Amino acid sequence: MKSDYYDVAVIGAGVTGCAVARELSRYSLKVCVLEREEDVCSGTSKANSAIVHGGFDAEPGSLKARFNVEGNRMMGELAEELDFEFKRNGSLVLCFDRNQLPQLENLYNKGLANGVEGLRILTGDEARQMEPNVSDQAEAALYAPSGGIVCPFGLTIALAENACDNGVEFSFLTSVETVKREGEEYEINTSQGKITAACVVNAAGVYADHIHNMVSEEKLHITPRKGEYCLLDKEAGGHVSHTIFQLPGPYGKGVLVTPTVHGNLLTGPTAVDIEDKEGVDTTAQGLAYLQDRAALSVKNLPFRTVITSFAGLRAHEDRDDFVIGEVSDAPGFFDAAGIESPGLTSAPAIGSYLARLIAGKLKAEKKSDWNGKRKGILRPEKLSWEERAKLIQEKPEYGTIICRCEGISEGEIIDAVTRTLGAVSMDGIKRRVRAGMGRCQAGFCTPRTMEILAEKRQIPMEAVCKNGPDSRMLAGRK
Amino acid sequence: MEVRELICIGCPLGCPLTVTRDGDTIEVKGNTCQKGADYGRKEVVNPTRIVTSTVRVEGGELPLVSVKTASDIPKGKIFQCMEEIRGITVKAPVRIGDVIIKGCAGTEVPVIATKDVKAVG
Amino acid sequence: MIKHDIVIIGGGPAGLAAAAAAKKAGAQDILILERDGRLGGILNQCIHNGFGLHTFGEELTGPEYAARYIKQVEEMGIPYQLNTMVLHISAEKVITAVSREEGLVRIQAKAVILAMGCRERPRGALNIPGYRPAGIYSAGTAQRLMNMEGYSVGKEVVILGSGDIGLIMARRMTLEGAKVKVVAELMPYSGGLKRNIVQCLDDYGIPLKLSHTVVEIQGKERVTGIVLAKVGADRKPIPGTEEYYSCDTLLLSVGLIPENELTKEMGISMSPVTSGPQVSSQLETSVEGVFACGNVLHVHDLVDYVSEEAALAGENAVEYMTAEHEGEKADPVVLKAENGVRYTVPQFLDVKNMKDKVTVRFRVADVYRDRFISVYYDHKRVVHRKKRVLAPGEMEQIVIKKESLADCPDLKNIIICTEVD
Repeated sequence: MKSDYYDVAVIGAGVTGCAVARELSRYSLKVCVLEREEDVCSGTSKANSAIVHGGFDAEPGSLKARFNVEGNRMMGELAEELDFEFKRNGSLVLCFDRNQLPQLENLYNKGLANGVEGLRILTGDEARQMEPNVSDQAEAALYAPSGGIVCPFGLTIALAENACDNGVEFSFLTSVETVKREGEEYEINTSQGKITAACVVNAAGVYADHIHNMVSEEKLHITPRKGEYCLLDKEAGGHVSHTIFQLPGPYGKGVLVTPTVHGNLLTGPTAVDIEDKEGVDTTAQGLAYLQDRAALSVKNLPFRTVITSFAGLRAHEDRDDFVIGEVSDAPGFFDAAGIESPGLTSAPAIGSYLARLIAGKLKAEKKSDWNGKRKGILRPEKLSWEERAKLIQEKPEYGTIICRCEGISEGEIIDAVTRTLGAVSMDGIKRRVRAGMGRCQAGFCTPRTMEILAEKRQIPMEAVCKNGPDSRMLAGRK
Repeated sequence: MEVRELICIGCPLGCPLTVTRDGDTIEVKGNTCQKGADYGRKEVVNPTRIVTSTVRVEGGELPLVSVKTASDIPKGKIFQCMEEIRGITVKAPVRIGDVIIKGCAGTEVPVIATKDVKAVG
Repeated sequence: MIKHDIVIIGGGPAGLAAAAAAKKAGAQDILILERDGRLGGILNQCIHNGFGLHTFGEELTGPEYAARYIKQVEEMGIPYQLNTMVLHISAEKVITAVSREEGLVRIQAKAVILAMGCRERPRGALNIPGYRPAGIYSAGTAQRLMNMEGYSVGKEVVILGSGDIGLIMARRMTLEGAKVKVVAELMPYSGGLKRNIVQCLDDYGIPLKLSHTVVEIQGKERVTGIVLAKVGADRKPIPGTEEYYSCDTLLLSVGLIPENELTKEMGISMSPVTSGPQVSSQLETSVEGVFACGNVLHVHDLVDYVSEEAALAGENAVEYMTAEHEGEKADPVVLKAENGVRYTVPQFLDVKNMKDKVTVRFRVADVYRDRFISVYYDHKRVVHRKKRVLAPGEMEQIVIKKESLADCPDLKNIIICTEVD
């Protein structure tokens, strides 16, 4: 860290922390984000359903309902401003049993109460007309046109880059060891040294209870709820065009089937409460279960085209709602805790809300030179042949394709490494430009991508890591 | 008397061979054809292998050049040969067939390049 | 738009042999497009010996085998572009490619030869449960890092899959000082060549565990160990048979998939069994004037057969360019794979245009002992050949002579199958 004093220290560079940081960057405040991993978007934010929820599941009056609906409304404009992938593809909640129709209606009514626009209940046939691969067993469906899909990496990274460009300092590989109230301020001991901050934002994901409990007597308890997913090849990406849910159960919204913004098909998650806050391993049972469940919603799912499976942890707080705001017995300490689904959707709204509270408390002025625009990584794939030819003429590095499956050029990988908060690891590159995320899962591009990373970061090849410093790709020179 | 169990590599059949050696007398059992008998005998009397590896190149278009022993060497000398190969760096250009080591692992067999590597810069 | 007679997509063993043969057959205007910085394709990293016994009567290493064809191509003055990635081919044979030097170019070809090779099946396709740490490589990626770049990917290794690349890498890593603890194979037999099992595993005391698979990957940052389990006849793990192996690396050699993204975009009919295009006896795909050969067509066991097949594709492309294309095409004879034969390449016989002999290549579905390979012309058995052993890892072939078809003018199907007696 450059300094030992900050107006605001945000703990956690997931989507919530980055959203808060970006909103705080509007104000004349000295802000830092402390992240224990090597990059932003390394915890819950990187492994989830990538859904922008309509907002009909949450209990009316809950924080989840409020921030979900507000976040959903903000997403379109934000995607324009920050140049990340977002698509309002609409969602369907399927009901397979006439006896459960009241539950579907209940969902519809909750949606109305929450202010979700455009909701409609469809018959099974109407749903199949809209989405031909919906199961023949579906009797009815709740259609939410405002539902969408987003690239969670794209969203988080865009928020972080824009925050950084507007003066927020990010400190990686910085784990928070203790937080202590000292007078009107907080003393934070980290693995990278001690800092003092007037305000603290707790956006520590599954660890938000630990951080909160360091300063408050009103204890939180967060259970990591594991969700496993299978990602299918782009060949299967057109199997459905809407996000297909089943009626929610006690552990959440159940297994969904959805296209992703990049054209793959995603299925998941399972929902199993675990003890280990690092337990992101997949299990044979989990993967089998989710495939069975997904097959109930959608016909002929081509599971032979699975290209990868993964697991993420939702931060489930015992009270079953987000915990957002200033902690009553710790003035200046702000929670963004228990951020499970619909956390990704809600993040922009949570960020905006908390930043306003904090700016008010610190009586901060808005900056005159704040720039809310951010340009994403140039994707030649999106250009016409003519535009692309011109680009390569000017910048030849866009003429060398490194990742064959996703068609990613050297120019894009260089951009991912050298831009604001650029990638420092192979996973960081993958999350920024998708190199290695395609059907061969990095078989071909790994050596070349490693070389670019080593060269641009001026590190030896042997020091290239998959993610954190203990994840070296190589054992050494032969 | 020495008894060895081997799998013949002469063809996909993969006959399980039992080779018995008693002084100068060698008996191969389990083979289906003459190839199997020959293979079994050789594996017991004088098993040999070609060794392939790579050697570092200075000033070349590639950082490494692939190499091999020009003919087979005794199986027991493979690791000694590898040790010698590991210690070597050559200067570009390298042509296929260039001798990298004159005689490896105390044999007469040279280690030769199996790839062309042009000089750059 | 640039124009060329024959454009060959890929400068590996298939592309090189196709180019050389096309040139010999009289083609004037050939262009090879290669995505890597060097001709030769995957052979450049296959530094082991064992290539070329059939073609040259001697055992060569991969780079040496490639060099023989590269030399031919260079001596014949066939142009090629390196570091050039083909992004798209239209059904009208317009090729869009990019490279640093040439930028984005569009080429109208009269004939196209697809020779893009194959890729390795990744971990994800297997759905192996566990963490996703560093240290999981497909065998070919590890091979490239080791043999082309000079890096070692790990010190203690477990290999899943006994495909040839996995076996070769077991030996290679052992020779470079790594400890290869075990090779596990899901099937009750190895997919690799017998020679490789003996010389890459047995020589170094590396155990091969058949009917085993990885059921768990441990290690959050870097692999720390894996758990193997025995599988039953249904290929599902048997509880209670789990065995832990500490290791820092898991190599996967679990199959190869022809790289047919460009082919599919062209709308070419594909074979679900080979994952390659369906072709006629001319190795022509369902799009006229587009030919396929090598591992993009079906995964071969020996490069010698790739070269042979590719040469044929090259000759046929020249023939296509020079022949008159009259409207009506005769219905092709359909080659059918039955009873233990998984597929055939080609899938169709163009009786009118076929050469005097056509080699039909195929693989069997399981390990069979003392079975017959039979060929039926509709209901008439014309070949009945005893084989001591047949294995999925080894490609089989039979030759169909044009003259043998003269007596069957109404022939619809040629069936290739195994028979017990």
